[in-house]
Amino acid sequence: MTHPLRLTLFAALIGVGLAGCGSSVKLDEGAPVVDAKPNAAGANANANRGANTGQSSVTTVDASKIDAAAAGVGRVVYFDFDSYVLKDEFRPVIEGNARMLSSAKTKKMVVEGHTDERGGREYNLALGQRRAEAVVKSLVLLGAADNQLEAVSFGKERPVTDGHDESAWAKNRRAELKDR
Amino acid sequence: MVRAPEISPHSPRRRHLLAGVFAAGAFPSALRAQFRVEISGVGGTQLPVGITKFREEDKSGQALSGIVRADLERSGIFRIVDSSGDFDENARPNYGDWRGRGADALVAGSAARLADGRFDVRYKLWDVVKGQDLGGQALAVVSADLRLAAHRIADAVYEKLTGDKGVFSTRIAYVTRVANRYTLRITDADGEGGQAALNSTQPIISPAWSPDGKSIAYVSFESGKAVVWAQDVGSGERRAIANFRGSNSAPAWSPDGKTLAVTLSRDGTSQIYLMDPNGGNLRRITQSTAIDTEPTFTPDGKSIYFVSDRGGSPQIYRVGAGGGNPERVTFTGGYNISPALSPDGRTLAYVNRNGSEFKVTTLDLAGGTIRTLSDTVDDESPSFAPNGKLIIYATRAQGRDVLMTTTLDGRIRARLAPAGVDYREPIWGPFGR
Repeated sequence: MTHPLRLTLFAALIGVGLAGCGSSVKLDEGAPVVDAKPNAAGANANANRGANTGQSSVTTVDASKIDAAAAGVGRVVYFDFDSYVLKDEFRPVIEGNARMLSSAKTKKMVVEGHTDERGGREYNLALGQRRAEAVVKSLVLLGAADNQLEAVSFGKERPVTDGHDESAWAKNRRAELKDR
Repeated sequence: MVRAPEISPHSPRRRHLLAGVFAAGAFPSALRAQFRVEISGVGGTQLPVGITKFREEDKSGQALSGIVRADLERSGIFRIVDSSGDFDENARPNYGDWRGRGADALVAGSAARLADGRFDVRYKLWDVVKGQDLGGQALAVVSADLRLAAHRIADAVYEKLTGDKGVFSTRIAYVTRVANRYTLRITDADGEGGQAALNSTQPIISPAWSPDGKSIAYVSFESGKAVVWAQDVGSGERRAIANFRGSNSAPAWSPDGKTLAVTLSRDGTSQIYLMDPNGGNLRRITQSTAIDTEPTFTPDGKSIYFVSDRGGSPQIYRVGAGGGNPERVTFTGGYNISPALSPDGRTLAYVNRNGSEFKVTTLDLAGGTIRTLSDTVDDESPSFAPNGKLIIYATRAQGRDVLMTTTLDGRIRARLAPAGVDYREPIWGPFGR
């Protein structure tokens, strides 16, 4: 169930987050703006919020065992063509990872940005970098420390799939969050 | 003086020519990677030349005359006529016979094994039209340098007949990918005789020759992100010269070899910096919140061309090498990247995206004329030969990544595409090997 205030807050945070990386330009004037729809590939269930606890109980956090997969937090966000805008459907991924990072200050992660295969290698390296930076900025705004994170890019060099159509390209336009 | 003849226009169909005819056993090298010449469009005026098999070249282990033929043909300037017959540099040519074959010039030679194991390679060049001996040369080389000897002969013939310097003894570098194995290769300009400069299981991109040809910079992902390395070509010694936070890429040498331009994301967005070749003295020269990348120096070292999307889409800009206010250079089309400057600084080659097609294009910087050079749709990374007469680039054909060279008018192209290997990121090396 989506809390309306929460959605607004997240959207506002994204807006603030992107102000730091310049105008969110649409690089291809012809590209259609794809409506963000819930997508099984990216949006996993929210991380476990604080369960109902009695007044005397204490919740133990074991930093050494924080495991994103076990916590059910997604590790990939996907992007539209020529875009580095974080879409609403990936809000849970950002929130879940930010929560993990803010509760374990020694934990470090790297965010790897990727593009689809179209276009030059160096320009795509920079586009992928922009995607990774956008994710890092949002994580920092939601509680992670800047020194816990590094944004890097693989441009178009590490596709997850080799196809040459939009369904393959969509899977390659992504940022991956990885433990360090 | 040998004249380029007037040839009636061919019908605009494509002909594929094997660059020379060899017995398969003549090649000792394992990787038979020859550029295959395609001649498309209306044929221009080409100089017909006969190049006969060098006496005893089979015994040398290298198809010397075939290498010379392939070099001259790939330049686009020459057309090879029937070159059958036994000749060497001491022959007295029957000019009437050669005129009958349509030749304007003739090359013949020999390769003799010396007592110390080296080879004495000789050639002579004749002007068939005037019936004149234009001279020749003798080169003593070790077996490993036989290919280079053939390339030097092609250069000498090219220079004598055109007045321009040949590029056949220069080298190129490019990256191959086979499954998950990446190799930075340095080869002769014809794609042969290659050596691996770097083997990796992670991508390698953006190789850049130093102006003296002794070093090569590149971007390697071996540490899990983009880092710029500089490597001594001869010894293989290398060091990481840009390994800052985020991505480090797009190395480009200044013409005096004293400065490298690189793209760094360390300040939060991809921007262009200058540094010494050892990585020190870092200074930022672009100041935008956009993507600024792909720097390349002008031949006089005074300016840098680069790609920026500060205007909303990637276009090519020019800025003084010390920084300052950049000036936009490309205005046609909504996506222009990968700038490369001709050695005389007058022509800009780049990749233009039109719809979904990426094509190598040139812009005459003084006059503004724009010319599309390729007929493929996935072009990348154009690079000029050091005599400014050819451009090498990467593209996609039949589902594979291949290399192409083209003349500046786009008429004569040659393709390097052996099976099973993807080729990308070509960069042409300097004169002076």
